[in-house]
Amino acid sequence: MDVTEVPVSQGSKSKKKKNNNKKNKMKDVSQEGGEGSSGAEKSESGTAFPPTFSVSEIKNKQRRHLMFMKLKQEKRKQKLQIKKQKRKEREALGDKALPKEVPKTIENQRVFDETTVDPEDEEVAFDEGTDEFSAYFNGLTNPKVLITTSDRPRGRTVRFCRQLATVIPNAHVYYRRGLALKRIIPQCVARDFTYLIVINEDRHVPNGLVLCHLPDGPTAHFKVSSVRLRKEIKRLGKEPTEHYPEVILNNFSTRLGHSIGRLFAALFPQNPEFVGRQVATFHNQRDFIFFRFHRYIFKNEKKVGIQELGPRFTLKLRSLQKGTFDSKYGEYEWVLKRHEMDACRRKFQL
Amino acid sequence: MGDQSRLCSVWLGSETGILKGVSVTHKQAFNFCNTRQLSRDQEIRVLCWGDPTETELLLGTVDGTVKTFSTEKGIFTEVRRCGDPEEGCFTGLEVRNSSVLTCVESGKLRVWREDSSEPVSELDAGKNVCRMRQNPVHPNRVGTGGKENGLKIWDLERPETPVFTAKNLRDDWLDLRRPHWVRDLAFIPDCDKVVTCTGHHQVHVFDPVSPQRRPVLEAEFGDYPLTALSLPASGDSVVVGNTQGQVAVLDLRKGLVRGCLKGLSGGVRALQCHASQPLVASCGLDRFLRIHSLEDRRLQHKVYLKSRLNCVLLGSQELRGGAEGEDGGAEGEVKEEEEDEVWDSMERVEEDTTKRKSSSSEGEEKKKKKKD
Repeated sequence: MDVTEVPVSQGSKSKKKKNNNKKNKMKDVSQEGGEGSSGAEKSESGTAFPPTFSVSEIKNKQRRHLMFMKLKQEKRKQKLQIKKQKRKEREALGDKALPKEVPKTIENQRVFDETTVDPEDEEVAFDEGTDEFSAYFNGLTNPKVLITTSDRPRGRTVRFCRQLATVIPNAHVYYRRGLALKRIIPQCVARDFTYLIVINEDRHVPNGLVLCHLPDGPTAHFKVSSVRLRKEIKRLGKEPTEHYPEVILNNFSTRLGHSIGRLFAALFPQNPEFVGRQVATFHNQRDFIFFRFHRYIFKNEKKVGIQELGPRFTLKLRSLQKGTFDSKYGEYEWVLKRHEMDACRRKFQL
Repeated sequence: MGDQSRLCSVWLGSETGILKGVSVTHKQAFNFCNTRQLSRDQEIRVLCWGDPTETELLLGTVDGTVKTFSTEKGIFTEVRRCGDPEEGCFTGLEVRNSSVLTCVESGKLRVWREDSSEPVSELDAGKNVCRMRQNPVHPNRVGTGGKENGLKIWDLERPETPVFTAKNLRDDWLDLRRPHWVRDLAFIPDCDKVVTCTGHHQVHVFDPVSPQRRPVLEAEFGDYPLTALSLPASGDSVVVGNTQGQVAVLDLRKGLVRGCLKGLSGGVRALQCHASQPLVASCGLDRFLRIHSLEDRRLQHKVYLKSRLNCVLLGSQELRGGAEGEDGGAEGEVKEEEEDEVWDSMERVEEDTTKRKSSSSEGEEKKKKKKD
């Protein structure tokens, strides 16, 4: 910055202050002159400064602090001035003004994904129409969910399971009893369960979730984070009712995202009971899936109130496997490969 | 349809029953199927060339039929029934001088003639066959292998007993039996050796000539079942892929990993190396066709094909534009344009001052000519 080139001397300082009153561009020239004069006074310091002088090179701490504060103020002033100028220009131009720039976020800078599903695509429609969930989407099966945990669950995980069971209709929580998942699955299929949810626990905190669609897959493995149970949520509503909730799936746009979206959609019965005014939301943002459970109320024609019912948690997809749970011999449709897939921060998978 | 099919250099069979052709040079993909009559029974499991001139493709589908596709006309010319769908899916389909060899999961290996609907000969290769392959040098020799069904090499002229049966591996250090699970196999062209990959992430090389019936070379790769393998043209290496989408080039002299091919996100279903160029095509559950160069192991082409892919087949003609970077993705093109600009600016200096004004447009024309 131009301001930093001012050497540490009283004379130049006063000049700088004068300069501040003037406009920005003129300053460079006058300051160079100031520098020259100070250099004549203190030739050693003047020559010692490299062409790119920074405040951090000042050895005296108080002085450095002072200069730094000044530098910051200067920058701030400039910034405000530019802003003011821009606003004035905008006002002066009125309607003709250029449209405001949209801020850059990594979502709107997203790299184009060629697997984004086109709703009119026949081939994808056929593929989805005949996949493992087609029985549910054609209304032939009703979801029935078994929720279990890793072996010997402790406090939070148990509570999380129970609360999840109140969110998902027709869900049954069972104690794992040390059984192998591969042996549970045939029993579940025999009892007409359509989903098996296994919550993994590490250090008394739920950290993983296996969502297995029955009878013939697919199986998704998620990382679970920031679980907040009902007690930990502020302004919590009353206990959820037994009504079937509505389901909102946001931003599942790619082919993989569609499969995951269908996996979540098939967890809930297809005919929501609107009397209950309950909504379960799966919101995908930057490949993290946020789950929220709300109750809404129409206060009048315009206003809607929502009330969180909990629990809330965040999921991140680790893998999607074809077929029921078989982590050793199963074929994976998609596996998260860290440092290979997330090398580009603007590339999203879901 | 015929124009499109003649362009294609890579053929893929998908789980939705669509035959897909990809033209790498034109960067286009075509579906050769009536999209209104799709059904999961038509799922293509195996693909092979029907004749050495590569004008006919044979497709084995799940419902037990073998279809013939003419790449000249771009239409299906013949459908014939080869076996019962209840015996399992096709695991191998080969052509031997105008007869067709099929193998199904239950182990029935059959030879079909053009004219008759009954198999000419039949042999039983045991249960749970995962793959049947033909020796490209001796078309009468075929190899089979599967789960709990070790490698067997058959001579089709003497179908009673296999020519070679692999022996199980030695028991491990706990004196436990090591299970067999051949997932894919290939004949090494110059010698009689056979390379197999197993569901227990091993790669084995068998030598039927030597008295040793156990593998002469054992190698391991990764922790997940290996599903496909392919032999590059250069020899003494093999490309293997597993269910998590890890693909590696293994050296067949010592069994060490030469390098991994990156970019896959789902399980590999099929791999094929190009007959003359150092290229390998892979496809699988992530619905992408990827073509890697074996020299620098870079990704050359990546095509999204909308369905899960079961098998891939490369034509023997050269895939143009792979290694040259002529149309190897957007990046390559940009670089070339930059170079062109450099050359254009140099030409300007040489030309007369009077021509300077028009030189930029001329340069563009020249660029076009170069590309043509």
